[in-house]
Amino acid sequence: MAEYRFKTPLSEEDVRKLRIGDIVYLDGIIYTGRDEVHIHAMELAKEGKNPPVDFRNMVLFHCGPVMKKDENGEWRVIAAGPTTSSRMNSLEPEFIGRFGVRAIIGKGGMSMPTVEAMKKHGAVYLAMTGGAAALAAASFKKVHGVEWLDFGMPEAIWILEAENLGPLVVGIDAHGSSIYEDVEKDVKNREKKVREMLGI
Amino acid sequence: MKAILRNIDVACEKGLPLCQDTGIHIFFVKGNLKLIESFAEFEEAIRNGVRKATEEVPLRPNAVHPITRKNPGNNIGVRMPYINYVPTDDPWLEITAFPKGAGSENMSFMKMLTPSQGLKGIKEFVLDAAIKSGGKPCTPTVIGVGIGGTSDIAMHIAKEALLRPIGERHPEKEIAELEDELLRAINETGIGPMGLGGKTTVLDVHVEYAYCHTASLPVAVNTQCWTGRRASAKIYEDGRVEETEG
Repeated sequence: MAEYRFKTPLSEEDVRKLRIGDIVYLDGIIYTGRDEVHIHAMELAKEGKNPPVDFRNMVLFHCGPVMKKDENGEWRVIAAGPTTSSRMNSLEPEFIGRFGVRAIIGKGGMSMPTVEAMKKHGAVYLAMTGGAAALAAASFKKVHGVEWLDFGMPEAIWILEAENLGPLVVGIDAHGSSIYEDVEKDVKNREKKVREMLGI
Repeated sequence: MKAILRNIDVACEKGLPLCQDTGIHIFFVKGNLKLIESFAEFEEAIRNGVRKATEEVPLRPNAVHPITRKNPGNNIGVRMPYINYVPTDDPWLEITAFPKGAGSENMSFMKMLTPSQGLKGIKEFVLDAAIKSGGKPCTPTVIGVGIGGTSDIAMHIAKEALLRPIGERHPEKEIAELEDELLRAINETGIGPMGLGGKTTVLDVHVEYAYCHTASLPVAVNTQCWTGRRASAKIYEDGRVEETEG
């Protein structure tokens, strides 16, 4: 397992180097986006329009942070951990293909169509520890802005600057491998024994 | 697991929320309800508390209209915060704040089994729920199981089961044994922390039951992520306040 530190934007070459289980630390601009961002970005795409930020070669963070304006009127990150990525399963393959995202940070993994889209377009899924939001918040040094705040604080696109954000575990690589698929297979193999334990 | 422990240290030191999903606001009010002079004022005080915490801690504004998805920004809305009342004859009133995140709450399962499916069916249902959830609810989790009652009672007692401290067993031996059996079995699945594989998938399994109709067997699973946040305060007749948890 190798360890990498990258600065955004990411190149396809960087992303293709990664294999499941590798550890990544990130610097630079990261965009948050979850349910509403996916829904509305894909609606815009259908009309041939683009969302207010350019996701090409960038990192999308499945996260609805807690934000607060300080006394100078500047936004600060209070807590920012990953949300459950599987909610975005249905729109993510198209989103990756259309907008050219290079990496997604989330938790819990994503389904096979996303694994395939990541292989095709050169993108990776980076797993962050869910619930460890105070730790992650300390890695966001600056807030560069916010778009779509009218969807509410959790559903907006927050433009955050990360410094040494990690450790992030490569959960899905750009070669069609997924830790989550591997664990699922392992769970299936163990299921018979577990059912015997319960007498079912 | 290291990140989880370091995060707890950072959050405590800086007084920050552990997780950005600060939940929707569920309360359990247990004790001598006669100590509440006006329920309208009492509930307004709880709503004000949620409003204030949302602004000052701050908490994430999570409560939205279920259909329009409009977010009022203060965690206040129709039936939210939600207050459960548990009347007793104790000389105190205990208020428990139990914020519930969606990652774990989305991993809720309910089924009306047939009586012939019995204990085997219950075990199967709970195991399937844990496997279906995988790492999505921020494992390691606590799984609350509600058996019996009606559909709503089963889910309600499954949630109540989550309030029990980790490691504490149901007072009845057979139920306590079922809890241990399910705990061991689910930890053998290999799902592991955050679904990345490993030995710890659940921290505990808590089971509660209620008598049910002879023709039915409701069973429900409610999940709690590892953060397991809650805080309680006991208010006595003389106005003394004691923080009992949190």
